[in-house]
Amino acid sequence: MNLVLVAALALPAVGAVAAFAVRQRNRLAKWVATGFAAAGFLAAAALPLASGDGPMWHRVNLPWAQAIHLRFDIGVDGVSYPLIALTALLTLLCCVHTTIYEPARGSGAVLAALLLAVDVGITGVFASVNLVAFFVFFEIVLLPMWAIIHFWGAEDRRHAAIKFALYTLLGSLLLLAGIFVIVGSTGTADIVRLTQSHGAGMSPGTQVLAFSLLGIGFAIKAPLWPLHTWLPDAHTQAPTVGSVILAGVLLKLGTYGLVRVGVGTTPDGAHRVAPVLAVLAVAAILIGGLVCLAQNELKRLIAYSSVGHMGFVLLGIATMTAAGINAALFGNIAHGLITGLLFFLAGAIKDRAGTGELSKLGGLRNAAPGLAGILGFTALASLGLPGLAGFWGEAFSVYGSASRGSALWITLAVFAALGAALAAAYLLRLLRLVTHGDSSPVVANLGSAAALRRGEIAIWAPITAGILVFGVAPWLLLDGFAGALIQQVVAR
Amino acid sequence: MRTQAIDHMALLPAYLAAATAVAALVADLIVARRAVVLATTAIGTLATAVAAAWLGFSPDRETFCAADGCSYATTRPGALVAVTLCALTLAVLGLSAATLRDREGPPHGEYLFLLASSLTGGVVLAYARDLITIIVALETLTLPLYVLVSMRRKDIRSAEAAVTFLLASVAASALTLLGAALLYAVTGQVHLSGLSHALHGPTAPLTAAAVAMVIAGMVFKVAAVPLHAWAPGTYDGAPLPIAAYLSTASKLGGIVAITWVLTVGLTPVAAVSGGVLAAVAAVTMTVGNLVALRQTRAVRLLAWSSIAQAGYLLAPFGGLAVASGRTHAGVEAIAAAVIGFAVLYVVLEITAFGAVIGLRGERVDGGDLDDYAGAARRSPWLAGALILALTGLAGLPPGLAGLFAKVTVFSAVAPRLPWLAVVIAVNAVIGLVYYLRFSLRPLRGTPDAAPGAPLPAAIAAAACVAAAVVLGFAPQLVLHLAAISQ
Repeated sequence: MNLVLVAALALPAVGAVAAFAVRQRNRLAKWVATGFAAAGFLAAAALPLASGDGPMWHRVNLPWAQAIHLRFDIGVDGVSYPLIALTALLTLLCCVHTTIYEPARGSGAVLAALLLAVDVGITGVFASVNLVAFFVFFEIVLLPMWAIIHFWGAEDRRHAAIKFALYTLLGSLLLLAGIFVIVGSTGTADIVRLTQSHGAGMSPGTQVLAFSLLGIGFAIKAPLWPLHTWLPDAHTQAPTVGSVILAGVLLKLGTYGLVRVGVGTTPDGAHRVAPVLAVLAVAAILIGGLVCLAQNELKRLIAYSSVGHMGFVLLGIATMTAAGINAALFGNIAHGLITGLLFFLAGAIKDRAGTGELSKLGGLRNAAPGLAGILGFTALASLGLPGLAGFWGEAFSVYGSASRGSALWITLAVFAALGAALAAAYLLRLLRLVTHGDSSPVVANLGSAAALRRGEIAIWAPITAGILVFGVAPWLLLDGFAGALIQQVVAR
Repeated sequence: MRTQAIDHMALLPAYLAAATAVAALVADLIVARRAVVLATTAIGTLATAVAAAWLGFSPDRETFCAADGCSYATTRPGALVAVTLCALTLAVLGLSAATLRDREGPPHGEYLFLLASSLTGGVVLAYARDLITIIVALETLTLPLYVLVSMRRKDIRSAEAAVTFLLASVAASALTLLGAALLYAVTGQVHLSGLSHALHGPTAPLTAAAVAMVIAGMVFKVAAVPLHAWAPGTYDGAPLPIAAYLSTASKLGGIVAITWVLTVGLTPVAAVSGGVLAAVAAVTMTVGNLVALRQTRAVRLLAWSSIAQAGYLLAPFGGLAVASGRTHAGVEAIAAAVIGFAVLYVVLEITAFGAVIGLRGERVDGGDLDDYAGAARRSPWLAGALILALTGLAGLPPGLAGLFAKVTVFSAVAPRLPWLAVVIAVNAVIGLVYYLRFSLRPLRGTPDAAPGAPLPAAIAAAACVAAAVVLGFAPQLVLHLAAISQ
């Protein structure tokens, strides 16, 4: 089964090269990319089969460059598996999307190849058990994603792309500094071993320093207010598939890293810095919500909503309780599905109407009932309606905060709950403006274009199913989180 | 009087490099055909590389030994440096094809003789273990370059470049020499191992001044601030292949000299030199990156970027300022990180210059950034090589070699001086702006019709790319050899 783990990384890599090699034959290349993405998804989905004992289900550990403590050391467990599967799924759906919509400018084939390259990097990060390998995969994501925004984005794409690249690079290099503070004082870069020893070998001061460096690095990626300013630009300007990957899985590199690397390897440092993290996370929830209330552009609104939703995830991590961290990991997946779907929908609406201005849309319910229905469903999931996936992560991260008991944490829980109400307000405002009321001229003129296309249904159906299933049966994910390693993290 | 036993096998690479220089001169006198002289130099350089590699895989040898230590030691890191210098020289030979074909260009006999002479200095430097040998080797490496820089005849900028370079370099050499003399006055030692014994105990002010002078003069060779101002003008005025040589081989020579002196000889005063070099590194990378942002000429941009890279190159020495960096293992790790980074860096830098030279075809200078517009359409492979090298210098994939170079620096800096690691992080972000700007040029606009690159230049560029790609997947090839003890 270790072979399957390697295949989950290697198939997209080969697919990226293959699709790029035949890029002159646009259609063929896009189908090649889709084929490799599908094969990669099957490999990723099959990972729970024949899982071994020990902290990792499967593990491949090969020497690479000893001088810099780098090993090709990848593994998968209940924490990383849902994210790996989500990455593979969204990549596959985005590749299918490129076969349906040829981008307005640039080659769809190269876009598909870059999506696969991003997939390799993200999957590699989720699978890394070696800190340096973690960083290497983290960096692989940067330039392909920059290129997706820079070459395929909307009008202001270049500015958004460079902003994304610079912020991300700063974050990843601070992460690298943090990694070597850890490696320098413990002599190992093995995440499992570091987690099991609770970061033994590092003085409290070193742990705080290491966690602060890692924390800032991951906070830029997640993103945490006030380091979030790259996100609205990047998500708004990126092409639909870029926004889906950005919101769906790229942000999770930050929160996953914070749990696996930050809390996992420097638990004492995390305990000390956690209150700061929590305050900023709640600030992000409130500010994200307030900004969303004032947004008039569909993609920008969804982008800002991510700041708030990721705030809940970060708050869950900051509580350092079992409930909070499980909620954070759950929130990761839920946000990936919901916001991924929201960006697909925003893309579909903007494609049809030619505008994302909320004031110019309206009455979508009459002209395009199918589209409006799915938008309504996803918006409800996003605002945390019980029974849908969005609920569990946010509810339990508030619970985790309140369960800490002290005045600070209870205050934070109250404000976070207030933020959840804000989310309800801006999402209902979104629905009122876009789906209800009389049809605006733009929407009324849609005609036959308003109907759902078969390809779109195929892309959206798996995500919709996921939102429903994880909403009704959250234990499907939570049981996986109960694995050995994460218990090491929260037991303290 | 006892006579010294000399191990001629240990000297084989140096002999071969010197013989190459002589052979180039003789071949030019007898045959006077460009291809023959070029082939002679290339074969000689290759033989030097083979000898150095063979020595690298055989047990360490020492020769010219006195009671206080040996002047010459063949170690694995030394072999790595020597082989890299030979490879760089071979690449420069290939890249010189267009320069030498030019009727108004440099006379090929002298050009190749001088290049091989410079290589001889570099090879000796890789193994040198006493201050006098190091300084003489460093001068042998640099001296031919004064002439080579001026060989873009008919171009006033070339003459200006040579004069600037000569004056600055002579001043720096004098400084180093004075420092070495003072050190000898204090300790009576020239051997690095002897110095490291003699300097134990409290540091006298005179010693500190002497150490500062030795290092300051050597820092000039890697073009670190404040001794960097010569580099941009000199690179831009020199023939392109010589600019490539200056920013790779010459810089590697300089950093190797600093490494041997600091980590073998001057370890007892490492605390002071570490602190100074940390500051120099921080200022160098910041100045280099900020000024590079404003450059519009290709070679000047590469020159300022290589100043910034010199900052990264010196940064690991900053670790000597803290106690954990001064243990035996710490010093070795720092030396290994510097040499490892230097080798990975020169591979990317020579690739960048190779692509620039290939894209410029017959033209003698690097031109403006705008001259590269649309180059990807005209010569996609060379443009791809340029992008690979530039993103690599920015420390990012697809070429993983640059990424590993950056990891190597961080692995040495972050545990010891976290603040310097943060400075490097901020600088790398600034660097990304201009590396991306240059990388994007070939992808946009329409190309002008320029003659293609000559075959040897194309082969050299391809070999550089191959090396960069291989090291991207297997950095341990370099990093393992760079470690003094295995």
